[in-house]
Amino acid sequence: MIDLKFTVNGEKVTLKVPGAKRLLDVLREDLGLLSVKEGCSKGECGACSVIFNGKVVNSCMVLACQADGSEVTTLEGLSKDGHLDPLQEAFIQTGAVQCGFCTPGFIVAGRALLNRNPHPSDEEIKDGLSGNLCRCTGYQKIVTAVKLATEKDGSDV
Amino acid sequence: MGQSVPRVDARAKVLGKGVFAADLFFPRMLYARVIRSSRPHATLTRIDLDAARKTPGVYAVLTAEDIPGRNEIHVVFNDQPFLAPGRVRYVGEPIAVLAAETPEIAEEAVAKVVVEYEDLPALFDPLKARGHSEIHLFGTNNIYKHLKVRRGNVEEGFARSDIIIENTYRTPYQEHAYLEPQGMVAVPRPNGLMEVYGSMQCPFYVQEGVATVLGLPLSQVRVIQTATGGAFGGKEDVPTLVGVQAAILAQKTGRPVKLIYSRDEDIISMSKRHPGIIRYKSGAKKDGTLQAIEVEYILDSGAYATLSPVVLWRGTVHAGGPYRIPNVKVDSYAVATNKVPAGAFRGFGSPQILFAAESQMDELARALGLDPAEIREKNLLRLNDETITGQKLSFSVGNIEAFHKALDKSNYFEKKKQPKDTRSPIRKGIGLSTVYYGVGLGAGGVHLARTGAYVQILADSSVQFAVGTTEMGQGMATVLTQIVADELGLPVESVYILETDTSRIPDSGPTVASRATTMSGNALKDACAQLRKPLKQAAADLLGLAPDSIRLKDGWAFDAAHSEKRIPMRDVIAECFRRRENMAAAGFFRSPEVSWDDETGQGNAYVTFAYATNVAEVEVDTETGAVRVVRITAAHDVGKAINPQLVTGQIEGGTVQGMGYALTEEIVTKDGVIQNPHFSTYIIPTIKEAPEIDPIIVEAPYPNGPNGAKGFAEQPLMGIAPAIANAVADAVGIRINELPLKPERVWRALRENETKTAL
Ligand code: FES
Ligand code: FES
Repeated sequence: MIDLKFTVNGEKVTLKVPGAKRLLDVLREDLGLLSVKEGCSKGECGACSVIFNGKVVNSCMVLACQADGSEVTTLEGLSKDGHLDPLQEAFIQTGAVQCGFCTPGFIVAGRALLNRNPHPSDEEIKDGLSGNLCRCTGYQKIVTAVKLATEKDGSDV
Repeated sequence: MGQSVPRVDARAKVLGKGVFAADLFFPRMLYARVIRSSRPHATLTRIDLDAARKTPGVYAVLTAEDIPGRNEIHVVFNDQPFLAPGRVRYVGEPIAVLAAETPEIAEEAVAKVVVEYEDLPALFDPLKARGHSEIHLFGTNNIYKHLKVRRGNVEEGFARSDIIIENTYRTPYQEHAYLEPQGMVAVPRPNGLMEVYGSMQCPFYVQEGVATVLGLPLSQVRVIQTATGGAFGGKEDVPTLVGVQAAILAQKTGRPVKLIYSRDEDIISMSKRHPGIIRYKSGAKKDGTLQAIEVEYILDSGAYATLSPVVLWRGTVHAGGPYRIPNVKVDSYAVATNKVPAGAFRGFGSPQILFAAESQMDELARALGLDPAEIREKNLLRLNDETITGQKLSFSVGNIEAFHKALDKSNYFEKKKQPKDTRSPIRKGIGLSTVYYGVGLGAGGVHLARTGAYVQILADSSVQFAVGTTEMGQGMATVLTQIVADELGLPVESVYILETDTSRIPDSGPTVASRATTMSGNALKDACAQLRKPLKQAAADLLGLAPDSIRLKDGWAFDAAHSEKRIPMRDVIAECFRRRENMAAAGFFRSPEVSWDDETGQGNAYVTFAYATNVAEVEVDTETGAVRVVRITAAHDVGKAINPQLVTGQIEGGTVQGMGYALTEEIVTKDGVIQNPHFSTYIIPTIKEAPEIDPIIVEAPYPNGPNGAKGFAEQPLMGIAPAIANAVADAVGIRINELPLKPERVWRALRENETKTAL
């Protein structure tokens, strides 16, 4: 058991958990952040994506002991008081959601991309989302959603 | 209607609030695991559960001997046991199940189970298995089903042909790779009711399985679908296994039991697309007119029959493609082998045979010096033509329109004319496919062709409705919400769909065969028609008119002749409640009749057909064999697009899944053991490979569909592999008869061709 102190969606959290517990399980089981999905458990599908110290990571591949002192953002942290992130709005508007199992991972990865590069080209969008698998949409509407969100992001400024 | 309203489940899903099976937690919940066979065919000589049972925190370990009901999972036949009773027939077959306090303890206990086997000779090749004299996996010949089509006289047809082309094609085992693995949670209620929640397409199948194995009346089993993270046929019959695995442990322990498959367990033990072997002989006149086809179609079906007889049936009916063919002989076989049972997968036995059929069309064209588009246009089915099963197409035939739209929009002929740059190692090619899709279950599933629905209007003018079919990402919930809103004249925002629950709706059959929109849509229309009577009466009384002249639309009831004479629906509904009218209605729908003769394979196989033309543009790297799909133009006749954005979503998703089938996806087995049960070794397309897709909607309304709609969501996958293979052949002049067109295979074909031309 370790004392895990970290910041999740802007809030400081302290937990006693086994050091070898996966960050994915800490988020889902201990903190009830169920947007973080498990699709493969091997770092291959991106369903468990979170923003970890500013970068997208697969939370199934991070151990609790590695998360100590870190800053983690999950999909739950992107909307504030019912106000959706422009990416979330764009995913709804463009029909980029089908079964929705991959959606949290894509939106989180998309957010990390836009934070780093607010006006990505199509190629940059594809590079930024290449770690996330979707079996339903064929990806086209997801690219459109990210592009739409960049416009929305821009108009907010 | 016809509007792209946002999905009703989109907001919850972008917030991460979709509740999937793994997201359910119940007090005192246990975690289940399955002990599986490591042998493809063996007698179980000893199962030692002692150590597992004694592990602290383990509450139950059960084998075939502990089953209170019947050890049977009924799909089409009753050949599949729930837990292997003394003999295993594939690697991954369930032998025992256990439940423990935590997933870790469950894992530890699984490792303590000792299973001893005596190996039996096994069969992995359907060609060897068919009619094998010594090893009998099913009946005396290992054939689950033999189907035939007999039309005209093929000998005469070939005799009249100027050209005959004959080839053998092979297609791979394809994995569904839905992003959410299989999962179920079973919750025993104190009154004896067993509730099962989970990821599935067919709750009524799960209900039947749980009742059979647990020895419960159907009325004591309630199955509720959770959000389902993709299915594509992979959550049709196999979730029954998962549901019963959880439920039998819940029954034994009296505690809720959760069972979520890991990805590799899912890939190893759940259904796949059948590998296919297709011998295809086609004959045509000089001008390209088809004269005859003779086809042998073999499906490697694995260790139990599951859905193979009906998968085979759909493939058989689709054997000719969307063409006029006067003389047809098809023989198809579903063959038993010692592999994980193959089952339903988007297209359901048709993508395999269409790959062959559409490759043949291009080969005929090549031999006759015709353009692939020209030969197709000559033969495409038109209104009042007959299919190979003798079904007359007397309505809703968008075949030609889809064909022309796809060619025009893709600039096919323009691009065809461009000379090939033979100096560059990258060769461009363009290819097409035309396919059709029998909507619904057809004559392969007549007894299931019914659906129920339930609609109630509440006092505040909001509406709840329920259906027996399921949402798995395809958009059913949204389309049905639009239909209910339209039927009752209320805004979409006030209509809410309830989760699919077997206790709420009569058995509505499976959610397969792209049937949810047409079947549930019609059942909902029936329910809404009942509710419109009191609504119209009340509106008529309030407006001082006759009920017949009332229209209900967008929250208003008005005089059809003078629309300014109107009152809000809110007032009409309040009046109905004042009158104590029944504002709840059950609706029902049964499909129009279909027919089938097993001996001749003739009959009206489906209620109607959807049609599609795909144009694929590729670049082949002749140095590496890599194929890149640049663009796909996909025109689909869907009858009527109730929500165009959902339709294009289905087209795009199916197209990319079809591209995976064409280029990379292949489950590899060695002695019956799956070698690539991970996303790092089973390669599905990522966003990087996804081509530009131009979806085109064609609408040839289906008179019996809700607002003219016909189901079609399987179709987008069906014609992609042949379109790509035809484009590759166009690019490099080589026909490859085996999928997937992975770089090694293309590279080898290119080198062999070089050697041949050098000789
Ligand atoms: S679950 Fe973590 S990458 Fe798939
Ligand atoms: S929407 Fe289903 S996996 Fe992406």
